[in-house]
Amino acid sequence: MTEMNMAQALNDALDVALSADDRVVLLGEDIGVTGGVFRVTDGLHERYGPRVIDTPVAESGIVGAAFGMAIGGLRPVAEIQFLGFAYPAFDQIVSHVGRIRNRSNHRFTAPLVIRIPFGGGIGAAEHHSESSEAIFVHTPGIKVVAPATPADAKGLLLAAIIDSDPVVFLEPIRVYRAIKEEVPEGHYTVPIGEAKVVREGSDVTLVSYGAMLRDAGRAADALEADGVSVELIDLRTLSPMDHQTVVGSARKTGRVVAVVEGHRTASLASEIAAVVQEQALYSLLAPVERVTGWDTVVPLRRTEHHYIPNPDRIAAAARRTLAG
Amino acid sequence: MDMLRILDVDGSLIGESPVDLNEARRLFAAMVTARVYDRKGSALQRQGRFATYAQFEGQEAAQIGAVAALRPDDWLVGTYRDAAAMWMQGYPWDALLLGRMGDERGGAPPVGVNVLPPSITVGGHMIHAVGLAWAERMKGTDRIALTLFGDGATSEGDFHEAMNFAAVYTTPTVFLCQNNGWAISMSRAGQTASETIAQKADAYGMPGVLVDGNDLFAVLTATRKAVRRARAGEGPTLVEALTYRIGPHTTSDDAGRYRSDDDIADWRKKDPIERLRAHLRSAGAWDEAWERETEEAASAEIEAAVSRAEALEPFAAEGMFDRMYAKPTGALEAQRRLQQGDAS
Repeated sequence: MTEMNMAQALNDALDVALSADDRVVLLGEDIGVTGGVFRVTDGLHERYGPRVIDTPVAESGIVGAAFGMAIGGLRPVAEIQFLGFAYPAFDQIVSHVGRIRNRSNHRFTAPLVIRIPFGGGIGAAEHHSESSEAIFVHTPGIKVVAPATPADAKGLLLAAIIDSDPVVFLEPIRVYRAIKEEVPEGHYTVPIGEAKVVREGSDVTLVSYGAMLRDAGRAADALEADGVSVELIDLRTLSPMDHQTVVGSARKTGRVVAVVEGHRTASLASEIAAVVQEQALYSLLAPVERVTGWDTVVPLRRTEHHYIPNPDRIAAAARRTLAG
Repeated sequence: MDMLRILDVDGSLIGESPVDLNEARRLFAAMVTARVYDRKGSALQRQGRFATYAQFEGQEAAQIGAVAALRPDDWLVGTYRDAAAMWMQGYPWDALLLGRMGDERGGAPPVGVNVLPPSITVGGHMIHAVGLAWAERMKGTDRIALTLFGDGATSEGDFHEAMNFAAVYTTPTVFLCQNNGWAISMSRAGQTASETIAQKADAYGMPGVLVDGNDLFAVLTATRKAVRRARAGEGPTLVEALTYRIGPHTTSDDAGRYRSDDDIADWRKKDPIERLRAHLRSAGAWDEAWERETEEAASAEIEAAVSRAEALEPFAAEGMFDRMYAKPTGALEAQRRLQQGDAS
């Protein structure tokens, strides 16, 4: 075990994957000599040379080439610099990456990983703070993963690289260097499709993922200080979503608050609310609360904090479920 | 830019033939066979047995000539109008037919046939041939990838990204544009201000060649050179095969709304099959009975495939849930139960 932040844990995962399997190749903008804009691929070009490829500035080309490579038998891991820059590649993802298995009745498959930093909170320029993960979750044929901690990030990335299907791997920008924890050495995987109960409780369930998990945890601390017992769930995989863990918790606590940074309408929080009312309605003691970003463009640095959910908003929503 | 032509419009040989007479006969028979399929495709659509069908009549030399330059294990990445090329590279009639009948099994050629199912969206597939070729080089094979596309696709941004990646990384990719004059109703003149499509290659730092796309010998000669170059590790080439879409865009299109019959009549005089027939006849390597037998054999073979494809039971209602991932997700399993419950 070594203490690592998420950027280091992801770098370690890529190192492990590159050294274990010659089919693994990385491609993306500035990932080679520079080590990536967030330094997640730092040092890998020196170690693996032509398997860590700096590309022209062409997101559709990066994903389309990676798709061809994957069909051709490689295990490409593409990097898009920010989620707001991924939209030019969206046609490749929705029109080809998520479809080739169905289009060819399993004859051709595209086991590639598309790593994309997402979310705001660092006061970046426009397009650098997006949480549009719901668009990808709405896309058939791909899996969508969003780790919240360094150890999960490494295990989920290694799981994504060996997965038989394409994975969009969303990395919370705000968490890259914010927390450190013990990360196991060598190869291990965290299963895709399994949520984690981060803390157990009996009064209210907070469901979140990515950078919002820390804020949900802080809200849970505040609620616990007031004597409220909080169950905190980290979804970890957004598609396919682990309904069982969420619904099981909803049946136990009877109160659910879904916390996401993305736009409110048709968000992951909306999906959580739908699943909970379908499968746990008669256990509910209050309406499912959604704490979300708004249906607005993410505001720039000076007012961004009015958009991103914070522990106060999360705790207030939880208290509303307890008020009835 | 000069246009490579080896067989003149009247079939006389004005350059060096890339093949001997036996091979020329084999390729002629392939064009005749492809045209039999194409005519059947339109007929099957009119009978309601096919979904929309995109005819390739007039483009047989471009497709058969290009694929004749490939090795059987090379990759082919084409479009909905490239059935002749796909068949020539080993894609079975049954699969081509199933695809047009609306069955996902049509997208699954046998293992060993390195042909992707056709791209329906325009332009996004060319970069796949770059990735495939790149993968082959990284794996240490000498397979190359040929991608087919039309003049319309060269206006898509993805054309730029694919050409650029291929040239920057010298991937063993051959780009073959069948410039058939039309992208549905948009003429080639309205598609680009470039004098030729081939000249666009210059901007990417790769060779571009213009060939008479209705001259099988010219297409084969240029593609073979491009394939050799790719296989030798020297990088990609853009070949523009100047041809003409004799039919409408698809069976759903009314080409009379945007072009005149005179144009079609002019291009019929340049028909690729007639041209090679004239050459073979003058060389004493063609007779009418042989061509008729070729057509009849093709017709019987395709009709048998139609019968097999139509006899194949459609997928069960729940089949769609099994094709999305290696193993259906929990969400899909739940939807399968919903779908079955509501259907019963």
